[in-house]
Parts: sequence; structure tokens; C-alpha cells
Amino acid sequence: MGVEQKLGNMGVVTMTLEQAINWARTNSMWPMLFGLACCAIEMMSAQASSYDMSRFGMELMRASPRQSDLMIVAGRVSQKMAPVLRNLYDQMPDPKWVIAMGDCASCGGVFNNYAVLQGVDEVVPVDVYVAGCPPRPEGLIHGIITLHKKIHGEPLKKWS
Amino acid sequence: MDQIQDPLLDGMTHLVSTRALTGETMLLNMGPQHPSTHGVLRLLLELDGEIVVNCIPDIGFLHTGVEKNMEAKTYQKAEVMTDRLDYLNPIGNNLAYCLAIEKLVDLDVPPRAQSLRVILTELSRLQSHLVWIGTSALDLAAMSVFLYSFREREIILDIFELVSGQRMMTTYIRPGGVWRDTPVEFEAAVRNVLKIMPARIDEYESLLTKNPLFIDRTRKIGVISAEDCVRWGLTGPVIRASGVAYDVRKARPYASYEQYDFDIPTQTGGDVYARYLVRVAEMRQSLRVIQQALDKMPFGPVRSNNRKFVPPPRSELGTSMESLIHHFKLWTEGFDAPKGSVYVGIESPRGELGVFLEGDGGPKPYRVHFRAPSFVNLQAMPLLARGHFVADIVGIIGSIDVVLGDADR
Amino acid sequence: MDEKLQPAVTALKDRLGAVDAEFRGQVTLTIPPERIVEACRILRDEFGFDMLVDETAVDYWPQVTPRFNLVYQLYSMKQNAMLGLRAPLDGNAPHISTIESVYPNANWHEREIWDMFGVRFDGHSDLRRILMPHDWEGFPQRKDYPLGYEEVQFTFNYNEIDLSKPYAKE
Repeated sequence: MGVEQKLGNMGVVTMTLEQAINWARTNSMWPMLFGLACCAIEMMSAQASSYDMSRFGMELMRASPRQSDLMIVAGRVSQKMAPVLRNLYDQMPDPKWVIAMGDCASCGGVFNNYAVLQGVDEVVPVDVYVAGCPPRPEGLIHGIITLHKKIHGEPLKKWS
Repeated sequence: MDQIQDPLLDGMTHLVSTRALTGETMLLNMGPQHPSTHGVLRLLLELDGEIVVNCIPDIGFLHTGVEKNMEAKTYQKAEVMTDRLDYLNPIGNNLAYCLAIEKLVDLDVPPRAQSLRVILTELSRLQSHLVWIGTSALDLAAMSVFLYSFREREIILDIFELVSGQRMMTTYIRPGGVWRDTPVEFEAAVRNVLKIMPARIDEYESLLTKNPLFIDRTRKIGVISAEDCVRWGLTGPVIRASGVAYDVRKARPYASYEQYDFDIPTQTGGDVYARYLVRVAEMRQSLRVIQQALDKMPFGPVRSNNRKFVPPPRSELGTSMESLIHHFKLWTEGFDAPKGSVYVGIESPRGELGVFLEGDGGPKPYRVHFRAPSFVNLQAMPLLARGHFVADIVGIIGSIDVVLGDADR
Repeated sequence: MDEKLQPAVTALKDRLGAVDAEFRGQVTLTIPPERIVEACRILRDEFGFDMLVDETAVDYWPQVTPRFNLVYQLYSMKQNAMLGLRAPLDGNAPHISTIESVYPNANWHEREIWDMFGVRFDGHSDLRRILMPHDWEGFPQRKDYPLGYEEVQFTFNYNEIDLSKPYAKE
């Protein structure tokens, strides 16, 4: 941002193309509705009045994977659901990110048995893990802001 | 046409009619990921134009293997898993499991703990109905109710956090009583809820009950008769909306519910609108019960004194040798339950939640089975959905109030 | 014993040779498995037990006779009485008649028992898996089926377990 310091207040901001694209990507990220279990209720709480996620650009949650760029896996993934999860991830267009919300999505949580996948990163690559059982809405918002910071540092070549 | 229908069916070909296999009616998959199915439920709809000819539910997408996993843990440690079954009523699940343990080992519960259990269970019922009214109104396109009801729910979740430290999965109710006594701010917080909730419930009613659009979308939809309810084992608000006044809190009272005076609201319509009215009336009755329980709450211990099953308070560990031994044995090995089996049912916001517990003389439950109300209620989905439009299916699922964690366990 | 249950218990003991037991105030009748449909029909039609509340199974492996016990809970709305039934089954591939014709909601309960325990129900309209994927092998809730847990990753064994965990790369 060096030019405007020399030329004074002209109503212009300069930045690199990378920064501009990353800024645009973070400010209006639409999550896909992927609430599976208890964490989904806390995700709904985070979307509702008291801990509003619309302030961060997530005004609405899109049900269709073709129209969303963030998948928040909220809840435990069972054996029957895993192929469905992968299918939906494949249907999302690039650029896409995944937040594993809660202990069950991060590592299997309380359930260490035959029926639950021990961490959703066995099926999809995860960007941010949010811990908690279920994580407070503020915890989820912290996870989203961490994801925003991660995206700000992304190089331009990653998705092109 | 056959090639399109085949992947949808995988194994369910014998359930759809021949008209579907020839392509005369359309098979539509309302898949596990859907905004209005209240969880991961898959419905295979057979459509003739827009009318649903048959609706086949497919569950199992949230199967967690809880029953088998609980067999590998001791009784106290297994209780943590019960919270996460019906995740909209975690305190009710804890209560059902603890009542089953107390019946199996014949453990007493002091009166102050009974009152606290009643207050928290009714608060849990209230917050579950708030989620229900928010999400089912959202499905029928009444969005403001969702934002209002979640605002009220935060007040109740603050009370849960006050007593146990956790907003949802509290594990506060333990065998023999509750975990620990409530802090001093508890009574003021509950009285605050009692003061503001009646006006807020009136607010929701003013938005929905006489709204002609809401009535159009819910009257005469998803009708089920009282005999069908009993034949299919449906319980909870579904059977009460069809005219049968069956409530486990009145029929087989548990946790001192016989001391409190409350009504069982019933309707005779048996449709989605009747179930809505029954649940709103239940919210008001819950407030009545909380009021009485809070006024009559006695002083005293909050957990049983029976040291064979209940760990002693930490303050005693420094002075008494037996307390130390009991503490050690209970936390390393757990308590032993006798051989035998019990079945205990409670009234959860969805219906009768039952726990079948069989002990074998050891510290781990030999067999735990949860009679999940959502599992049984969802079976009647084809009966409710036949002959209606696709757009009504959403309203019907909302009115049965399914929680898939409960159905799949 | 609850007096309301007495006539039903006596009738089943006389006609079917049931054995009654009481534990913590709850009555359980053990019925020979071939006569379970008859027992349910008698209870529903003559004694008013019109709701099947629960149906489940217990596995007693390594004991093989009986290996499974099917447990039914029946409830009578008019008399407000709950009765439990048990049907012992032997062997590793047991089968029993379905009570779907008497209580329609036994349909999904019996599908779950087939899925989890492998007890076949003769005459069932739609016996297939309900909770596990339809091509799963094995019956998970049997006692000889492993829990399937993954070893917990601590700092001392972090690297070994990390190598064997399947991570999705893209």
C-alpha cells in the first residue's frame, strides 16, 4: 500500500492480486448445510440470533453443494454416511474448504467403535479442526476466523 | 427409464409398486443431506405427478454403535454416551439411564435431587420444543419464529451451563441423584425463565396459530387415527394429538412426578396442526411443573448416601479411611449390579423413551437397549404421507419431530 | 405382582407352559419360541395388551443353549399394565416367527434384530439391514464381533499410528 501514502488521500487502495482475491473469497463464504448430529444444533445456534454468523458473510446456508464453498462437517460420520460425504465433497466446485466441527468429526470423539469414522479426514481433506463436544458457537466462530486467516495466506497458484 | 431408477433402489425393489419400475410413476430420492429432513434421513418417494404414492424411509446414516460401546465401559463411564443419543434432550436420556440403574441396584434418591431432576427435565423439554417450533416453522417458511425461539433457548442453555458447566451434553443427572448442588444464582435464573416465557409463547402463537397460511399448510395433513397410533406403537405428542391421553408421567410416574399437578393436553384432529397445538400447550404445562417444583424444593443432600454406588464427597477423603477405599473402588472398578433385567420408560419430548438394562453381576452393563421414540414414530411415515403433495412431506416430518440420533443410536 | 397381570400370567402358564419370574416389581414370562405368535395373539385379543413397546435381543455367547433371548415388552392401555416376554433361542443361526401380523410396529424392531444379531424372522415382509450399510458382513452386536476400536494416539506412539491412519489427500 505504498502509492497512496505518497499521493495523499485519493480514494484508492492498492494491493496485490493475491490479497484481493483472498479477501473476496473470505468475505462471502457460503457454508453448505451438513449438520449431522449434536454439533448441528450448535451450528444452528451460531447462525441464529445470539451468535450471528451473518456478520462474517455467512448470511445463508446453501443446501446445494454446487452453490457453496465451505463444508462444515458437524457431527459424527457413520459407515453408511461416509460415501455420501465424499460424493457431496466432490460435487462442490473449487475453491472449497472443509471445517471439521466437533470432536467426532476431528477424531471420532467419544465413540471409538466399528460404526463411526475416526475423524472425517479419512475421507476428505480438512482445513480447520474445531474441538469441543459440542463446541460453543463462539468456538465455531473462532474456527471460521482461523480459516479466514489461513485463506489470507494462500498463494495464488493453489486453486488455478 | 430402468437405468435411472436402479441406483436409487439398492435392495428396495420389492417395496415399490410395479408402476414405478415401468416408469409410470417417478422415484425421487429425498436424500440424507437435505435442509428439511431434520437430520440424516433418506426418504424414497414414489410420485405420481406431485402426489406421493408411497414413501419409504431409510435410516442408519447416524448409527453410532452406542449400545455395543456401552457394554465395554462401566456403568458410570457409559453414561457419557447416553447424552449424545437424542441430542435435543440430553438430560432426559441421562434420567432414563439413571432410573434404570437405580431400579436394577435398588438405589434411593433424596427428595432435593428429585426436585432438581424434575426442574431440569422440564427445562430440557421446553428447549427441545423451542427447537422444534423454530425448525418446523422454518420448513414451512415462517422464518422469524426460528430466530425468536433460539433466542429463548439461549436463556435456558445458560441455566444448564450454570449448574453443570456444559450447554448441552451435561451428564448432570447421575445414579443416586445429581452431580452436585446448584449455585445460588440458579433459583433467580429459573424464576426469570418462568417470568418471561409465557409472554414469548404467546408471541409464537400470535405468529402461527391463527395464520391462514400456516393453517392451510397444516390442517388435514398427515392424519392418523387413535387406533393406528396404538397399533403402530406411536407415543408422545403424536398419540395425544389423535385423542388418546397417554403420558408416561401420569401413567407410570417416575422421579416424583406424582406430586405435581399438571394437565395432559390432547386434541382430536390427528393432523399436523393438532400436533402443533399439543406441543405448544405442553410448553405451558412444563412451566407449571417447574413453578411447583421450584416452590416446593426441599433442602437436603443431592445424592444418595449409599457409598457402594455413589462416590463420597472430596472433603471426606482426607478424614475417613472407608471413604478413600470406596472412592478408589468406585472409580477404578465401578459398582457391581445384580443379575436381572429391568425396563424403565420416561416421557421424552418425542414419546416414550425406554431403557432396557440387563446386568450380569459385573461392573459393566451386559446389555443396554434404548427404546427410541423416533425409531418407532418414523415407521409410521408411509401411513402419514400417502396421498399428499411433496410439499407436505416437509411439514409431516417436522410434526413427528424426529431426531435421527435417537432413531439410529 | 400386579393384580392386573395375574389373569394373563395364569392363562399363559396353563395354555403354553410359560415360566414366570418377577424382579424389582416387573413380571417376565419365558415362552417357548415356537408359540410366540400364539402368546402375543392371546395377550392382545383376550387380555387387552394392545401396544408393543419394545422388542430386542440379548446375546449370551459363549453359552450356546440358549444363545439368544428375545425380549418383548407389551403394554395394555386400558389397564395400564406392562408385561415382559422372553423367548430363548439356541445356536448361531436361530430363527423365530415374526409377530408382525399381531403388532405391525414389530417390522422395524425385527429388522434391527436381524441386522445386529442375525436372528432370522420367518414370515417377515422385508427382512434386510436397517442400521448398517446393506452390504455389511457380520452382525455387530453379537458378543463375538469385535468392538472395532482404533488404538488411542498418545505422544509415545504418535508416529506409528499416524503412518497407518488413512488420510484423504485431496
